[in-house]
Amino acid sequence: MELLVASGIGAMTASGIYLLLRGRTFPVIVGIALLSYAVNVFLFSTGGLTIDMPPVLSEDADGYTDPLPQALVLTAIVISFGMSAVITILALRAYLECGTDEVDTPEQDATVEEEESVSAQPSDAARGDTP
Amino acid sequence: MNHWIIVPVVLPAMLAPLLVLAVRHSLPLQRTFSALGVAVLVAVAVGLLAVAASGPPQLYELGDWPAPFGIVLVLDRLSALMLLLTSLLSAAVVVYAISSGWDSRGRHFHPLLQFQLMGVNGAFLTGDVFNLFVFFEVLLIASYGLMLHGGGPGRLKAGVQYIAVNLTGSTLFLVAVGTLYAVTGTLNMADLALRVREIAPENAALLQVGGLLLLLVFGIKAALVPLHFWLPGTYANTPAPVAALFAIMTKVGAYSIIRVYTLVFGPEAGAGATPTGEWLLPAALVTLVLGTLGVLGARGLVRLVCYALIASMGTLLTAVALFTPASTAAALYYMAHSTLAGAALFLIADLVAERRGRFADRLQASPSFAQTGLLASLFFLAAIGMAGMPPLSGFLGKLLVLDSARGAEDMTLIWSVILVTSLVTILGFARAGSTLFWKCAAVEGRIEDAPARWPALPIAAAGAILAGMVALAALAGPVTGYFQATAEQLYSPGVYIEAVLGPASGG
Repeated sequence: MELLVASGIGAMTASGIYLLLRGRTFPVIVGIALLSYAVNVFLFSTGGLTIDMPPVLSEDADGYTDPLPQALVLTAIVISFGMSAVITILALRAYLECGTDEVDTPEQDATVEEEESVSAQPSDAARGDTP
Repeated sequence: MNHWIIVPVVLPAMLAPLLVLAVRHSLPLQRTFSALGVAVLVAVAVGLLAVAASGPPQLYELGDWPAPFGIVLVLDRLSALMLLLTSLLSAAVVVYAISSGWDSRGRHFHPLLQFQLMGVNGAFLTGDVFNLFVFFEVLLIASYGLMLHGGGPGRLKAGVQYIAVNLTGSTLFLVAVGTLYAVTGTLNMADLALRVREIAPENAALLQVGGLLLLLVFGIKAALVPLHFWLPGTYANTPAPVAALFAIMTKVGAYSIIRVYTLVFGPEAGAGATPTGEWLLPAALVTLVLGTLGVLGARGLVRLVCYALIASMGTLLTAVALFTPASTAAALYYMAHSTLAGAALFLIADLVAERRGRFADRLQASPSFAQTGLLASLFFLAAIGMAGMPPLSGFLGKLLVLDSARGAEDMTLIWSVILVTSLVTILGFARAGSTLFWKCAAVEGRIEDAPARWPALPIAAAGAILAGMVALAALAGPVTGYFQATAEQLYSPGVYIEAVLGPASGG
């Protein structure tokens, strides 16, 4: 069971990091979601993996499963779920307002004169919004 | 049990929903409540500082559950100091935001600010690693809202980046916390410190991995190279008062490094001790160099301030990385100074950009603008403070850092990096100042933009932060006395552990 859980966490983390390094918002958000799944399973396994044990000390059982990681995971799930929602909405807003879903921000280095000369031209090509 | 300890967390936490739910339609009421809340926070922080300065660390057990099982808040000299710094800074920020009208350019500025204060204060007070994560999330969630205040394409784009970086950071934090819990079976910092000392040799490597992962997380918050790349883009696109408030956010990372690596992974940790300093020192020096290069290369005033902030984090973390009582005392002094200097510069940059119309904060000669002379003097004061020239607190801070590095293994390297970068920072600020304020005399015309409704108050807010720097320099004697006592308290973790787990714990 340890091997299965560990390789599951590893596969999700690897895919998550790969997606996170892409340049568009959609893969980045999916990558963050995968990473948060991986970390949730990881947190769950930090108390040790046991089957069929009560979460508190009991005389009927010869062991117990650690309840604290489950509480931690619950907190982590709530937070990561909320944050995924925020970044999704924000990425949509940014796409609609900027016309591109690239994650990179260009540095605003132009002087006033340069900027005015750019904005005087029709600038569809300059904005680089390929669908 | 002293119930005042939880006030810095509960007060903003109650005030924020009140602002959102009860008075959301009335900006004047929001402003009144927000300003009142911050004023009370300053008073409480002063009181708590007096309490912390006069005795051992104080414990607050939530729900009266005993320490390793329940959630605890701990007030010691370091957390009291950070609370006071936060509340003073937020008072200046609230005055600036109200008087410059920044809070009316979007909705819910004040509730988000209160939530931010709740998260920051909580992070400073908590005695539990998982709660540190929770409070980090609270302050980050509020900061997402504040960062996007006012909207606009540039800000949204930078916001997506900022949130993506911090979500990744939170994931790393959870991995680190999970690793620590798996190895030690506890997350209470005092208990963790005891368990780390008794760690089995076969688990020591795993524990060190957990410890260094935490350093990575705090490094993201503290803008440590190579984890600094989110800062310039974010802060440059953030509303000015928010950027000034965010000056304390990088310090949350520095605070966490000081707290965790003196208490838990300190020299007494034995096999569990992580080689924090060995990793932190080179990273901090590179941060200082890269930040300084940014100051020299920036083409906008706000970006220049961002890089100056990164450079100051480099100096601060260099002092932290030495991990001696003297260097930590110097780091604390420099931390207070760089928070104030960074915040003042962000506000001054905004005042300048507002008056320059379409030139905004570009480092390009523009026609002269309203109050050039006054703003130039303010900028000059803040810049010499940030660069570390006498007579302001930056000079004393750097002097203390240099002095504490005397006799250290890498003294030559540390001294030469700090001294050379200071010189380059002075050059960068001199170039920016002369372009902004002197060259406008050669350009014809005058920019007549309508000033804010109360033009004196925003300038007074920035001036108040500068006055804080002057006070920090003038009262350097008593202030460094407090910082030295703080550092001594940090390097005798037994006191903290006994305060949390009871006298029998034998820390």
